[in-house]
Amino acid sequence: MTRADVLVIGGGGAGCSAALHLAQRGVRVVLLERGLVGGQATGVNYGGVRQQGRHPAGLPLARKSREIWSRITELTGSDIEFDPCGHLKLARSAEDEAELLRWNALAAEHGLRPRMIGRNAIREQHPYFSDVVIAGSLMEEDGSANPRLLAPALARAARAAGADIREHHAVTTLDHDGSAFEVMANGQRFTAPWLLNCAGFWGGAIAARFGEPVPIEKLHPNMLVTEPLPYFLRESLGVVGGDLYLRQIPRGNIIFGGGRGESDAEIRVTRPRPDAAFGAMQRAIAVIPRLRDAMVIRSWTGTDGEMPDHFPVLGASRTTPGLLHAFGFCGEGFQTGPGVGAVLSELVMDGATEVPLDAFDIGRFTAASGAV
Amino acid sequence: MKVVVVGAGPAGIRAVEQLVRAGVFPTWIEEGPDGGGRITQRPPAEFSRSHAALYGADAGRAKRLHAALDSLKARVDWRPDTLVWNIRPDARVLHTLTNGAAQDEVSYDAVILCTGAMDRVLPLPGWTLPGATTLGGAQTALKSQGVGIGANPVLIGTGPLLWLTALQYAKAGAKPAAVLDTTDLLTKARFGGGMLWNIPTLLRGMGLYASLKLRGVKMYEDVTPLAIEGVDKVTAVHWRDAAWKEHVTPCDAVALGWGLKPEAQLADLAGVPFDYDDTQQNWVPRKDAAGRSPVAGVYLAGDGAGIGGVDVAELGGARAALALLADAKLPSDMALSKHLDGRLRTERRFRAALERAFPYPARLASRMEDSTSVCRCEVITAGELRAAAAAEAPELNRAKAFSRVGMGRCQGRLCGTPAAAVLARALAVEVPEVGRLRGQPPVKPVPLQQVG
Amino acid sequence: MTAIRLVDQDRPALIFTVDGVEVPAKQGDTLLTAMLTAGLGHVRTSEFGDGGRAGFCWMGACQDCWVVVVGKGVRRACTTLVETGIEVIRR
Repeated sequence: MTRADVLVIGGGGAGCSAALHLAQRGVRVVLLERGLVGGQATGVNYGGVRQQGRHPAGLPLARKSREIWSRITELTGSDIEFDPCGHLKLARSAEDEAELLRWNALAAEHGLRPRMIGRNAIREQHPYFSDVVIAGSLMEEDGSANPRLLAPALARAARAAGADIREHHAVTTLDHDGSAFEVMANGQRFTAPWLLNCAGFWGGAIAARFGEPVPIEKLHPNMLVTEPLPYFLRESLGVVGGDLYLRQIPRGNIIFGGGRGESDAEIRVTRPRPDAAFGAMQRAIAVIPRLRDAMVIRSWTGTDGEMPDHFPVLGASRTTPGLLHAFGFCGEGFQTGPGVGAVLSELVMDGATEVPLDAFDIGRFTAASGAV
Repeated sequence: MKVVVVGAGPAGIRAVEQLVRAGVFPTWIEEGPDGGGRITQRPPAEFSRSHAALYGADAGRAKRLHAALDSLKARVDWRPDTLVWNIRPDARVLHTLTNGAAQDEVSYDAVILCTGAMDRVLPLPGWTLPGATTLGGAQTALKSQGVGIGANPVLIGTGPLLWLTALQYAKAGAKPAAVLDTTDLLTKARFGGGMLWNIPTLLRGMGLYASLKLRGVKMYEDVTPLAIEGVDKVTAVHWRDAAWKEHVTPCDAVALGWGLKPEAQLADLAGVPFDYDDTQQNWVPRKDAAGRSPVAGVYLAGDGAGIGGVDVAELGGARAALALLADAKLPSDMALSKHLDGRLRTERRFRAALERAFPYPARLASRMEDSTSVCRCEVITAGELRAAAAAEAPELNRAKAFSRVGMGRCQGRLCGTPAAAVLARALAVEVPEVGRLRGQPPVKPVPLQQVG
Repeated sequence: MTAIRLVDQDRPALIFTVDGVEVPAKQGDTLLTAMLTAGLGHVRTSEFGDGGRAGFCWMGACQDCWVVVVGKGVRRACTTLVETGIEVIRR
């Protein structure tokens, strides 16, 4: 039996960041990951460090996380290729442009300063865009990072700070005796008064285990990368509507996504889907015609969890004391992962966080709250 | 019943032959403009060399295979110049790219994957220089294009292909500067005995060796290749002989090859599990003796299903087709199946001896210098890979995630084997323990622009 | 690298261009053969600063000989036959 103050289930960005922040405050934390850390949504996503376009309810969390991103190298002791290269969201119609303006006004209330770029300026600054692009909005402090490196870097730092990070530890049983959790993983027993549910899509099953079922669905982002091309594109790109996201890394490869992959019923295997890939490829060429001659050299997907209202589940359980949920990030959890871990550590250690979490309350799905 | 055969080498030809015999007319997809495989590859139509000149001792085999190929092409849905770049095993669909541009989908009830093999290489300093090729590449240049990679190439590696290529070059008028074999004579002699299962082939190997000696080609055993020298092209090879003495051999090209590895990307994407074959020192897709994979509807034959050579490919192609027919409750020649099973057993024993006699020098790979590029697509050095190991990458895919080894256009085809050796040594574990690079679609690059 | 024409070279000649310069070839040559026998030395330049590349496997596996054929897109030099008048651009 391994005793700890906090058990974390799930070694994605949120779980690893929670382990790090807790270990830094002297907490005995054990993280249980059934594969390798960062093997699912955190590791296979696009790598966008993006606040732009988020629902206002999510902006305080994204703001907090962005502050951590600015010192991620110092925090983790590793270079995870974070580049605040800006996020440029493109409008392909007058309605799109109006949508950009609407969001920019909301963002201003949260202290963000996105900048509209009109038709002429965007032509001038980005001559490689086609005519379908009529305007854009630039969030200069947004950017990108290498998704393959985030969770391993956080986990290494957490381990160095004293956290016990257990990879290849699949949880088989989960119990709570009224005051402490008892978890079986990889044939070993772990116990602690706190349990952090950071298990991504599988977080839904953990919540259900404690009487809080939620309508979570699988989300398999369909990702592609081209061969290295001459470097021309600094900003990470998005479009209003979200059916294309695209960036170029300094080595030259264009990483882009759009549509969904697929999986078998048990999610043992996930696969990118060619039809989704074709759609993303077509849309990429429509925006940047010079990509016509580029070759796609790899594609991939992985598994995230998606909620019907597009908000994650983040905060205290309504049924079980000591249980905190942090899952279902709907494809937007890479940027927020470091911040979510910090918030979880504050909830454990301080009993509160400055970040408003009301919109993310699990009670919105469960009868226990009396809400819908 | 919709049957697809992927590949028109010896395995694919013999598979299609059995299917057609049973009245099943498959869709037959070949990446090249024509079939024939590697050993019996056909040059483009403009070339006029005879079978004897092209294929030497394999001329009879080539004639038989080409005759079968030509008669079968006319009777099936023949699709040359077509790459199968993805498979969806649940939906039973193949994604194809024809002439590098036109996308299509081909559905199947059963598919036989006969996807062949490629050279296994040992990265050396300078191996990305123009003038360095694979041994198979040097041979293909001569066979299918009538050109040599140089006038005085050095050939480095091990196995019968090393001698065969050297002799073919000598006969074509080139003068190989040296043939450097990394295997010592003792290993070859110790395991050579196992090749008595197939005396004609054994004698052929010995004959090659003798012919090269007669032609005055310099051959060295138990060699340690050190570096390929040159600025914008290969100008010399540095190597160490069995007595640890260093040599510099001037040359204008160098060919590298240490046996073959399966081109098993489609089997991988189909979800076929892989096992490490200690004898071959390769990861091979799992199949039963008849070629059935554990994935429903997916059959495997030829070198893509584990290196067996051309005899095993022909036998295995036919056998897989018979297994497919039997599984589909269609007329299947049981007597022939039994006969093929027996011959395959014998051939595999011979092949095992051959692999042991000419091993991949994993020890040399594992000790390559930090500055040597393991991954030539992304130019990732052994030192960067070792740094990934130090950053807690316990297996090859995590090392790829950290270092970008195997992330380039070839998707680890070339660097997979040596990278595993480097990583295993860095982690102080056995090579199979670091696993293998998982395949990702597309099998080969596809253009963003789609047609068709 | 310079590939050497050794045998079976009695084939009709043709001309194509590489980077705008006329290059002689023979019918049945692949782009790789034509470019390397004509003394062009390499068919592409590595994106990562380690110089020219001239293919490696000659059989469509190593993906190290991609060139642009104007009007057709990106093609592997080792598996694409040369044609009269085609325009190849090295990347």
